[in-house]
Amino acid sequence: ILMRSTPPPAKYGGRHTVTLIPGDGIGPELLNHVREVFRFSCVPVDFEVVHVNSAVETEDDISNAITAIRRNGVALKGNIETKHTMPPSVKSRNSVLRTSLDLYANVMHCQSLPGVQTRHKNIDIMIIRENTEGEYSSLEHESVSGVVESLKIITRNNSLRIADYAFRLAREKGRRRVTAVHKANIMKLADGLFLQCCREVASGYPDITFDSMIVDNTTMQLVSKPQQFDVMVMPNLYGNVVSNVCAGLVGGPGLVPGANYGRDYAVFETATRNTGKSIANKNIANPTAVLLASCMMLDHLKLYDYASLIRNAVLTTMNETRLHTADIGGQGTTSEVVQSVMRIIQSKGQLTSEL
Amino acid sequence: TCNRRHVSTYTPPPAQYGGRHTVTLIPGDGIGPELANHVHELFRFCCVPVDFEVVNVDPSIASEGDINNAIMAIRRNGVALKGNIETNHNLPPSYKSRNNLLRTTLDLFANVMHCQSLPGVRTRHKNVDIMIIRENTEGEYSSLEHENVPGVVECLKIITRTKSLRIADYAFRMAREKGRRRVTAVHKANIMKLADGLFLQCCKEVASGYPEISFDSMIVDNTTMQLVSRPQQFDVMVMPNLYGNVVSNVCAGLVGGPGLVPGANYGDDYAVFETGTRNTGKSIANRNTANPTAMLLASCLLLDHLKLHAYAGMIRRAILTIVTETRLHTADLGGQGSTSEVVQSIMNAIQSTPYGPLTFRVYGPFI
Repeated sequence: ILMRSTPPPAKYGGRHTVTLIPGDGIGPELLNHVREVFRFSCVPVDFEVVHVNSAVETEDDISNAITAIRRNGVALKGNIETKHTMPPSVKSRNSVLRTSLDLYANVMHCQSLPGVQTRHKNIDIMIIRENTEGEYSSLEHESVSGVVESLKIITRNNSLRIADYAFRLAREKGRRRVTAVHKANIMKLADGLFLQCCREVASGYPDITFDSMIVDNTTMQLVSKPQQFDVMVMPNLYGNVVSNVCAGLVGGPGLVPGANYGRDYAVFETATRNTGKSIANKNIANPTAVLLASCMMLDHLKLYDYASLIRNAVLTTMNETRLHTADIGGQGTTSEVVQSVMRIIQSKGQLTSEL
Repeated sequence: TCNRRHVSTYTPPPAQYGGRHTVTLIPGDGIGPELANHVHELFRFCCVPVDFEVVNVDPSIASEGDINNAIMAIRRNGVALKGNIETNHNLPPSYKSRNNLLRTTLDLFANVMHCQSLPGVRTRHKNVDIMIIRENTEGEYSSLEHENVPGVVECLKIITRTKSLRIADYAFRMAREKGRRRVTAVHKANIMKLADGLFLQCCKEVASGYPEISFDSMIVDNTTMQLVSRPQQFDVMVMPNLYGNVVSNVCAGLVGGPGLVPGANYGDDYAVFETGTRNTGKSIANRNTANPTAMLLASCLLLDHLKLHAYAGMIRRAILTIVTETRLHTADLGGQGSTSEVVQSIMNAIQSTPYGPLTFRVYGPFI
């Protein structure tokens, strides 16, 4: 298939339209803050808000959201809750969104932030996780009562695609080493295929070192010496675990943004995809992850100046310990952090709305 | 198999003739043989009434003769101590992992790993005390894979009600025995609704029969994130096979690495002891730098299982005394000590115990 270049997202009169899915838990309040910051900084982005109700069984809401994303090309979303009281036929809405739009690469960049005190320093890991197949195929059946078979699918096409994405990204960002994480000693055919595809792609990138590591050893190394890792590529479930471990190492779920890229669409969210129901509407959630995700979105829309303006403001705010929220050991509130971000933006002399 | 028992609550004592136990020893590969020798040395020194029946398993041949011998020896003796057997990647996929085959054939359904912060080992987290109970025979390790269409592989993860109830029951019984307050089930039931949903449901059913123990559940990604930030919140954890693999390795990393934590595999009739993280350690084999602590603590678990509690306690106390001495730390703990130095120091510590049992002279000849 000839890979055509990504068409530019919808843009009328110089303004971009981006789909916004508030989700549940802390999603709505944090995405409101994002809109506030964008409005304040006069970012030329309009949000088309699409609500997805997690309490209904029909797929209409999520289909609307998917259509809106197809229309706009880009989206910013909060996590949609998967209620356990629903029957098993109701698939996770987030999963349906990712597979329908074929957002095959989940990219998470974990970096130690200077203002956040953690047990490990100097971490800089890029995690590229296959986002559409693997253990998340939602293919399960109970042929015999009391015995459930859950299918994990690994295909050559998707494995080659994600490996190629990983190496291209590594080359673009000037990274030296890619590590594939697998469990091929036990799952010989499945993870063996994944590993083989990675090796094939690696041979086309001689400037980048490729090695592989079994997932249990990887997690053990991550908690003792995470500085050894550079870029990591892996199937879906290991990606879930490894990205959460790395998020925990750099300071927690409130700090790391995540991006889901497909060939035609891109959806941005927090990396660890937490709903945060227990801290919803209490003004204590950490807005950093969502704000940094919105900066990644601005980069994707090629609005680099706005992206770096907001990103610098967020990172400067992180260094003022007084303004840390509860998850990183401080006592600041969400609105205080957002106010600080906006004040820093205003002090840069950029045109802004009234504070 | 001809060894099937119905609802047996009584485990028969392992083979015991003339007051001495016979234990199967599988040296394995990598650092396994040298560590097994050290165990042998230490037991001989302390006059532990255990004889080892050594069974070697060759990882490079495709036939199952070797592993069948090992399994038969374990059936005969009831107890074993093993090193990790390498899974050779050059052999075809039909060749199953020997360790896995051993676990499933002997139905060693519970893998128990107790991760505790050791006083002498400097780690980033203090006061970690987690018991991990991992289902050992099914889940993602069923080795059932097929490629119906070229380029598309289906790998089956099997969860059954029987085994989930069994492991949950084991976890709660163990929690009650050890006086633990809380059991956490680790799962991914928001995505794998039927499979992990069944596992979770079985845990809830068993939990209702143990009202004094609080039960909660946590999704595996959140669990690993909590483990690296605040591991002190966890008490006992029960989970299916693959999550157990990842979580136990994270916990081992938190308390100081693969050289410190012993592991045990229990079935209805058999018990096999090994290091917690099952590493072959090929890169450090035969260099006298491996950390013997995990294997020696595993042998103490073995002695406890054989009800030789006095010996177990004596050796364990000596090991824990030696592990506090920084100058004896091996490379994995950041020191420069050698394996033999550590073992010698343990033997010295045992000998100098007041009212200690009869031992050989430290520098005496080995018979």
